[in-house]
Amino acid sequence: MIDFLQQLGKNTRTSFTKLGRGSFFLLQTISGILSVLPRPRLLLNQMYSIGVLSFLIITISGLFVGMVLGLQGYYVLSDFGAEETLGVMVAASLVRELGPVVSALLFAGRAGSALTAEIGLMKATEQLSGMEMMAVDPIKRIISPRFLAGFLSMPLLAALFSAIGVIGGQMVGSGLLGVDEGAYWSQMQANMDFRDDILNGVIKSIVFGFVSSWIALFEGYDAIPTSEGVSRATTRTVVNSAFSILGLDFILTVFMFGDN
Amino acid sequence: MQHTSTQDTLVGLFVASGIVGLFFLALQVSNLSSFTEHDSYTVTARFENSGGLKVKSPVSAAGVKIGQVTAISFDPKTYESVVKLSIDKQYSTLPDDTTASVFTAGLLGEQYVNLDAGGSEEYLKEGGKIDVTNSAIILEKALGQFLFKSAEEKK
Repeated sequence: MIDFLQQLGKNTRTSFTKLGRGSFFLLQTISGILSVLPRPRLLLNQMYSIGVLSFLIITISGLFVGMVLGLQGYYVLSDFGAEETLGVMVAASLVRELGPVVSALLFAGRAGSALTAEIGLMKATEQLSGMEMMAVDPIKRIISPRFLAGFLSMPLLAALFSAIGVIGGQMVGSGLLGVDEGAYWSQMQANMDFRDDILNGVIKSIVFGFVSSWIALFEGYDAIPTSEGVSRATTRTVVNSAFSILGLDFILTVFMFGDN
Repeated sequence: MQHTSTQDTLVGLFVASGIVGLFFLALQVSNLSSFTEHDSYTVTARFENSGGLKVKSPVSAAGVKIGQVTAISFDPKTYESVVKLSIDKQYSTLPDDTTASVFTAGLLGEQYVNLDAGGSEEYLKEGGKIDVTNSAIILEKALGQFLFKSAEEKK
């Protein structure tokens, strides 16, 4: 019993210590962003490896998610004779929820894990301490550009995901199942609001991009510098990002769509 | 570095496609374009009961959408519902004795404001008022009246 309590206290303390280190790390990273701006080349390289390389998985998943939504939505809506509202259903679920959330989960799996592994290995092979020896701040040189790139890429990827999903839903809905194309778009336009739906979706994806880049970079930076430690850190990145994305999504949804 | 310029191009393409996606969402998916394109004028109509009318409900005349509801409020003095209708500028020749009624599209569909043109020579203007209104038909009320009537007939 005493052992259990001791363990519990130790674990709690460790996780709070980690949260504290993480917050400190975030502050350092954000203050390091200023020194990235005069060197856009660093940012550009990271935009390539984080954004461009995630482009394919995001667009293809978006297309399929939209197509599945079109199919399933059609089956449910046709029971009520409301096939014309398929466009609203597809667009609302993509723009409000699936676009930001699924693309953030894919982003955490595709780019976040790569970031953690890269930085963890840099730490394990002592490249980070090597940089410090040469009076180069690894936070400014390595972490901040990656953070900024992830933060900027996420909303773009989520917007692409939603846009392609809507097109996919239209392809299945009016191409395959015979929903009127004009009704698909006009019902969508009549019921979707720019500020309430689109902007809130973008805000969600910005928050998710911020959080999942932070988690990925911090786990890499905080990893135990062995091959096992790096592999554990990579796993933790994916798990923790998924948890925080889904949890934050609930909280954001309550604030954004709760009152109507 | 040889591959730098292709990398730059790809990043440029990525950012451009992301922005195109955002524009697509703004213009094609939501109704941002329909707000900015047309000028409109606002008139007020007072209903005894505006039923399930909502902000952004359509305003139509002869079955064609010509505007939308922009505000609904309750007047605590007259106990009426004050509905502001924003009507497209291109339909500026509605007579000032136009009748406004709250109708339902289909049996369970959404409610909308229908405008029936009157015969006056004067047109409705910005800030004008629609005097003749018909309230929404509340299904429960109608059913209740019907049941009451049939019970009375049996006596």
